[in-house]
Amino acid sequence: MPEDDLKRPRRLGLLVNPVAGLGGPMGEKGSDAPDIAARAEAAGRAGQAGARAARALAAFRRASEAPILAGPLPPETRAALDGEVETLDLGPTAQGRAETLAAVAAMAERVDLILFAGGDGTARDVAEANRAGLPVIGIPAGVKMHSGVFARSPERAGRIAAEFLAARTPRTDLVEILDIDEEARRAGQLSARIYSVARTPATRGERQNPKAGGGDMLADLDAALAGYVAGMVEETLYILGPGTTMAALKARIGGGTLLGVDLAEGPRITARDLSEDDLLERIPPGRPVRVVLTVVGGQGFVLGRGNQQISARVLERAGRPPIDVVCSAEKLAGLTPPELTIDTGDPALDAQLSGYWPITTGPGRKQVVRVVA
Amino acid sequence: MTAPIAKRSKAQFEGYRAARWPEPVVTQMGCPGRRGVVFEEAPTPELPKGAARKTAPALPEITEHDALRHYLHLSQMTLGMMGVSLFGTCTMKYNPRIGERAALKHLADLHPLQHPDTLQGVLELYDNFSDFLCEVSGMDQFVFQAGGGADAAYTHACVTRAYHASRGELEQRDQIITTIQTHPCSPATANTAGFEVITLSLEENGYPSVEQLKSVVGPRTAALMVNNPDDMGIYNPDIKEWVDIVHAAGGLCFYDHANFNGVMTRLRARELGFDACMYMLHKTFGAPKGGGGPAVGAYGCAEHLVPFLPGPLVVKEGARYRLDDDRPESIGRVREFWGNAPQVLKAYAWARAMGAEGLREAADLSVLANNYMDHRLAQVRGVSRSNPGIDAPRMEMTRHSVEQVAAETGCSIFEISMRMTDFGIDALWLSHEPLLVPEPFTPEAGELWSKEDIDYWIDVLEHVIEEAYATPDVVKGAPHNAPIRQLTTALDEPDQWATTWRAYERKHGQRMAAE
Repeated sequence: MPEDDLKRPRRLGLLVNPVAGLGGPMGEKGSDAPDIAARAEAAGRAGQAGARAARALAAFRRASEAPILAGPLPPETRAALDGEVETLDLGPTAQGRAETLAAVAAMAERVDLILFAGGDGTARDVAEANRAGLPVIGIPAGVKMHSGVFARSPERAGRIAAEFLAARTPRTDLVEILDIDEEARRAGQLSARIYSVARTPATRGERQNPKAGGGDMLADLDAALAGYVAGMVEETLYILGPGTTMAALKARIGGGTLLGVDLAEGPRITARDLSEDDLLERIPPGRPVRVVLTVVGGQGFVLGRGNQQISARVLERAGRPPIDVVCSAEKLAGLTPPELTIDTGDPALDAQLSGYWPITTGPGRKQVVRVVA
Repeated sequence: MTAPIAKRSKAQFEGYRAARWPEPVVTQMGCPGRRGVVFEEAPTPELPKGAARKTAPALPEITEHDALRHYLHLSQMTLGMMGVSLFGTCTMKYNPRIGERAALKHLADLHPLQHPDTLQGVLELYDNFSDFLCEVSGMDQFVFQAGGGADAAYTHACVTRAYHASRGELEQRDQIITTIQTHPCSPATANTAGFEVITLSLEENGYPSVEQLKSVVGPRTAALMVNNPDDMGIYNPDIKEWVDIVHAAGGLCFYDHANFNGVMTRLRARELGFDACMYMLHKTFGAPKGGGGPAVGAYGCAEHLVPFLPGPLVVKEGARYRLDDDRPESIGRVREFWGNAPQVLKAYAWARAMGAEGLREAADLSVLANNYMDHRLAQVRGVSRSNPGIDAPRMEMTRHSVEQVAAETGCSIFEISMRMTDFGIDALWLSHEPLLVPEPFTPEAGELWSKEDIDYWIDVLEHVIEEAYATPDVVKGAPHNAPIRQLTTALDEPDQWATTWRAYERKHGQRMAAE
């Protein structure tokens, strides 16, 4: 940072994308569609980004008194700040994506770190407008969060921001801003594409690793999947999450979606690409349910990233069903720290689900991994 | 090519260049009519009908002198297993040559099917060595049948099966618990024996927590199979509690002593509560391995598992020894006869020469040597230690990483390892898979190597890493001074590569004919 800046107290830049994450519960692969806000409103849905930003700020305020310069804030975020915030005046024209771009540009040389709430789309916008190269840290609030700027929970994002601003010599790492490659997705490949790089506070284990790339790990798991299918019982309803590993499982029982949540009754897919509401409709009371998931890339998420349809409400409706996770040992070995993460949006449920989970890694093989909220 | 290295011991490997003899393979060397020793009246061997060849084998015709020179050249193109080979988890040691002489003199003329009355000496040796290892481990009986560490682990998986079957609990107990840092032969052999494997992950202290173990122990638990310390050098101090937890649930506990070198005489598996353990005679107990001869996994257990041991067992009755094969609960055999008897003899000779005090000194030296290495490696640019945040003392080996070097220079641990062979250093031991530490290497000095040897090894590593920063292409193109260059094609190209001359002719016959 410039020499004269050292005289003023370090300041946090704050940004909330209010539509981030709206698409998840509606069964969308993101919230990028221009009409997503209108459709969400029609469906009576409120965005979670404001509330998640509030959680991050609560953690931030526990550790830091640094001043905050913010873009337009949703009411729940503003409430958490108790009024002590300077807001940028971006004029009346800036809305949606343009608002994000304008806010980031206006923060240049005025803040020392940008804390934003959103998903990969927001991260791309922030990186694009961040010509000043300010360090960036993301509050996970989107559907897709493959980028390395995201902390693993809102609270961690707040804590990292506070520590960074307080550090005598703040250190940063370069990380990729990733997003799902729409072209590859249409071709049936789940691959995260790198859009740019950003500087982010250097921490150990606090951020999500950029989604680990391809590799043919499916072959290792094929026998395990075959074993799983052989054990599927007729009376049980299986909620099958997204991802390439899950797609391979789905292919064995009639074929399903790569990025969507599908439903199977016994070893047979009966419904595809379901939203949260679809799932709630299709879970009859009293029917035994199992949820089958895989770990999302190198981030260590099993619930809450790319599979938000399997929400806290869905899990409650299904009677908190057993959750089976299938993942290669190599992918688990790449986790730093060596733990998995859940984020259903309901901290109480997350806490209850936390603990040691046996993850199926191969035929006759399970690896126990600590799951944290 | 070899640049001067600071602090380098001048006596060794100065200006090292491996011999590179431009010789064809032996099958291409022949010339019709050349012979070794020719016998005027060679007797025709007495063979069963059908065993005699109809056509002569396509062997090269060469003189005795040609053959000797060729194989001398080939031996010069190896590192000879006598270099500074700090090969972690393999516990490289000098194999006293007197062991070879002893095995030749005392065993070459024996056959295990002789009457036991004529085998009293070797039976006494087996019995004495079992007693020796029982003293070291606290167990009640050892067998030497397993042909290696994995075979001994498999022995345990089979003993576990037989034990639970004898109690009518085998159907129920279908899981074996291990850890991610236990050597892969434990989960592999547990799977082979029909068990489901539950692998525990490492946590903050560098080993799985007691809570994690408790989360999976239950009525399905058949056994725990672990090594301790692990290859990262960290000893799990909760191990006694682990054993108690597994025992309380009705499971057995097996101590894989692959990493025994640093704790020899410092702990006994049985005193920690383990039901069984395994020593690798070809590693810890000074017998040769690899090209030096076959291996032995000495498997020992407490009294309650003895009935299930593979047979025959050597039994002492008065002053005589006999072979007991009448053991109805035995798992049968894991290998023919009594295992690799010459290796048992060599390890016994080594163990008796060392004695209890020698073992203790060796254990202490190997921990000291590793901590000296650890201290020096910490000062090498770009080298980091696994579990950097953990200050637990490291035992006889430590896992390190060149992740930073790789990130800053593009030179991977594979390339650094290959470049080290240019200085007469054996390629490094990296890590078992999956790789928990990126760009890993795991040196183990043991009690053998001198401080000068260890310093030289680190000097070479340090030099190669400096090269990676200054002239990365030199590292990436290595080896330059070794007998062979880097392969330019993958070894798993079946159309190109052959392991026998006959296969080579089949695959390349057309091209050879055209030439």
